[in-house]
Amino acid sequence: MSLFSKENREAFLSPLWMNNPVTMQVLGICSALAVTVKLEPALVMGLSVTIIVAVANLVVSLLRNTIPNRIRIIVQLVVVAALVTIVSEVLKAFAYDVSVQLSVYVGLIITNCILMGRLEAFAMANGPWSSFLDGLGNGFGYAAILVVVAFVRELFSAGTLLGFKVIPDCVYEFGYMNNGLMLMPPMALILLGCIIWFQRAKNPELND
Amino acid sequence: MNTNSNTYTIVYASVMVVIVAFLLAFVSSSLKDKQNENVELDKKKQILSALNVDIKGADVAQLYSEIVMAEPLLDYQTGAVKAETGAFDIDSKFENAKPLAERNLPLFVCQIDSATKYVLPVYGAGLWGPIWGYVALDADKSTIFGVYFSHAGETPGLGAEITSAAFKQQFTETPKHITRNGEFTSVAIVKPGKVAEDVDYVNGISGGTITSQGVDAMLKDGLGQYVNFLKQ
Repeated sequence: MSLFSKENREAFLSPLWMNNPVTMQVLGICSALAVTVKLEPALVMGLSVTIIVAVANLVVSLLRNTIPNRIRIIVQLVVVAALVTIVSEVLKAFAYDVSVQLSVYVGLIITNCILMGRLEAFAMANGPWSSFLDGLGNGFGYAAILVVVAFVRELFSAGTLLGFKVIPDCVYEFGYMNNGLMLMPPMALILLGCIIWFQRAKNPELND
Repeated sequence: MNTNSNTYTIVYASVMVVIVAFLLAFVSSSLKDKQNENVELDKKKQILSALNVDIKGADVAQLYSEIVMAEPLLDYQTGAVKAETGAFDIDSKFENAKPLAERNLPLFVCQIDSATKYVLPVYGAGLWGPIWGYVALDADKSTIFGVYFSHAGETPGLGAEITSAAFKQQFTETPKHITRNGEFTSVAIVKPGKVAEDVDYVNGISGGTITSQGVDAMLKDGLGQYVNFLKQ
């Protein structure tokens, strides 16, 4: 099987849009609500999840034929927990500012449903290379949704993007006001709903 | 091989645990020194930020040693110097768990443009976890020269805004005093639009009421510990 066969391309590309883990499988919603108030933590969170889901997929796929069936969930959890701990330690040593900013969110990657979902559904049944691509694809798909939601929330709640002011003061003088509702988690859910609406309206075949 | 037998499962789990334990212990111990260095450097950055020193791109350790003249520990009862050094190594979290009379109060005596400034650390509780900060005072031990606040897990956009420049600026754009007529009053954090009687105040964070109250209590308790030092 070639490195970029149709199946492998499919494993990487389909989670980016048509089979997106957040909008189609409705996984990882909790963190999509929690870290999308500002763009920057959403970006770093998306990147961290991508790295961890790709590497965890690779490791579990390599071990898949040796893992005893009855404790497979535990083995997957240990792999993910070990990776998350290593990533958080490395961040503390080499990117201290980022690790301070992410604080609890790095540890919470363990609880992200996308990780366990991909390990159980894909890595346990596929080879290392396609599992790695699947992990990358799902991570990027997750990150993309996070970034879109965080973009809208930060823009309308604070008038900034990545901390830089983008809505000029003269607009405020005409009576424009920041939308405080955008700060609340329910607004993330509503935005996610809008993305799902858009996606299904564009692709009628996705509707049941 | 039968991967479903009990023996295999138990041996697999044991081996996995041992390997992962060694791996994590190795990673943790090999990165320990670097991490401690980062934590120390970060603390120095926080203290310098309270003094409104521009640390962007600067050698923080070097700058710190130029500006901070002494790091004494104070006695609560007398407000006098108890030990000449050791302020930097005090962990406020553990120190605040002791009874007030037994605490070692860290003080950073600094020199900015040949004027003496005092930096007092404060530590308290926000909505989700600890919050802490540093308050720099002028030589009169009353006027606030600068502040720095940070937090462990406050909500981004709400409580976490206590770290924003806009919030910190309020402490310095008009002079705020933590004493009035020689008595310690602290600086109150009030809801935007409200006023506080007989005490200097700044506006809290909209949507971050509990965190704002945490900062208010942190300043009152944290600076209040130094009341005997401030009177000198």
